[in-house]
Amino acid sequence: MSHHLVEARDLYYAYPDGTAALRGVSFRFTHGESVGVVGANGAGKSTLLLHLNGCLSPGRGAVRIGDVQVTRKTLPDVRRTVGMVFQDPDDQLFMPSVREEVAFGPLNAGLAPEEVEDRVSKALETVDASHLADRPPFRLSGGEKRAVAIASVLSLEPDVLVMDEPTANLDPHARRKTIDLLRSFHHTRVIATHDLDLVLDVCTRALVLHHGQVAADGSPADVFRDEALLAACHLEKPLRMQACPVCGTGD
Amino acid sequence: MAAIESALLQTGRLDTLARQDTAVHRIDPRAKVITTACFVLLVVSFDKYTVAAMIPFLVYPLALLTVGRVPPGFVLTRLALVSPFAVVIGVFNPLIDHEPMVRLGPVVITGGWLSFASILLRFLLTLSAALLLIATTGFNRVCLALERFRVPPVFVVQLLLLYRYLFVLAREAARVLRAYRLRAIRSRGVSLRVYGSLVGSLLLRTLDRGQRVYTAMGCRGFNGILHPSIPLRFRTVDAAFVFGWCAFFIVARLYPLPQHLGHAVLEFLS
Repeated sequence: MSHHLVEARDLYYAYPDGTAALRGVSFRFTHGESVGVVGANGAGKSTLLLHLNGCLSPGRGAVRIGDVQVTRKTLPDVRRTVGMVFQDPDDQLFMPSVREEVAFGPLNAGLAPEEVEDRVSKALETVDASHLADRPPFRLSGGEKRAVAIASVLSLEPDVLVMDEPTANLDPHARRKTIDLLRSFHHTRVIATHDLDLVLDVCTRALVLHHGQVAADGSPADVFRDEALLAACHLEKPLRMQACPVCGTGD
Repeated sequence: MAAIESALLQTGRLDTLARQDTAVHRIDPRAKVITTACFVLLVVSFDKYTVAAMIPFLVYPLALLTVGRVPPGFVLTRLALVSPFAVVIGVFNPLIDHEPMVRLGPVVITGGWLSFASILLRFLLTLSAALLLIATTGFNRVCLALERFRVPPVFVVQLLLLYRYLFVLAREAARVLRAYRLRAIRSRGVSLRVYGSLVGSLLLRTLDRGQRVYTAMGCRGFNGILHPSIPLRFRTVDAAFVFGWCAFFIVARLYPLPQHLGHAVLEFLS
């Protein structure tokens, strides 16, 4: 299935106020690859993600999902292929109950009610949230909200998952659960995050953005060993790769 | 601020109440919406001096309250919260309208007092009916009913999102206020000048959030119509609910029942 390909060619984007957010970004993610997009605040991570399913259109360059170029006309197809999980679950959870929330996408896609039912229970099971089905989403804890937000995207059965800061604002346990969940997926995953340990855990590839350009693109272990690069990009070695000040082990 | 937070938790309580399973809860939301609409229309159609003839209408909210297992205190506190509006509307009537209407021995009740009482009673009836409709149905199902009645989806979506984000926005407002208070130790309340920028920043946040929510909806194929997944079935019981209550309301509207009852009692005694 070539649907799982995500390709950007020379993307440029400037916000209406003139801020240049992307300045010539190119990459090609292949089937099943899990990519961590890292970089300082304002490096262009979120802007890049919003291009991957057509929420923003590039000023120059193009995005292709599989064989399809992202344009206004292909938007419905692209959005079914690319599932997007937003940073603040409150922005994403607007239906009155978790069940309706998860059913929202499939119903919009015009699926039959039984099929929708199936997908909802499957998606909730995947994120271990079946017991929340009848609760109103805004009464859930942060970790539960995150799980439901992911389920609401999984129910569309996307080939590509795009996530903005999936572990932000989570307690350590909820963070670990989210990481395990992300590891269990076989989708092509694009994850923007400041949590570099998460990148080590989940990703097979790290894309470092700096001032709207790709500063590095390679295996996380290699990229995170380059201290000069990390410093230049306002990053820091993942905690796990730093010497431990308490027990004195590490490098 | 604590007041805002606790009021919000109470909003959640409305949803909790709506998730109960009683005979009233099981009635189709469409039936309850029609019945409540009919109730409200007939109550407001009474003459401005009517008080006694409206009393039979109390049966409907009382029945919903009892059968739907809604705590009376819950409804009363909410009514008390909004009652200033009704009081302000009617409070000048006794000062303006001195026409004597009723004489009870030495006590003369003027038209002003009667119309004031009438306004309060209408307020009590219509608001408690609306509140109980939501408490026994759930806001989302009320919206679902409206959608099935072909109310334009734009309005229904607006209502649903308003209800959904009230919580988020009020929490945001509470955070802004808290941040302000922590840095304005000496001042009491929010000065007018600061108030402007507080409200302004809240508005900007709201617009931002609106944009983000819309983007998130668009990503999942939203095209302006919500498709709630709850199937609705209009059964015989639902029809009976509508016709039974509406018939009662119409009779109570056309015939002053308390008066007839009074006459009947007097006749029986004599």
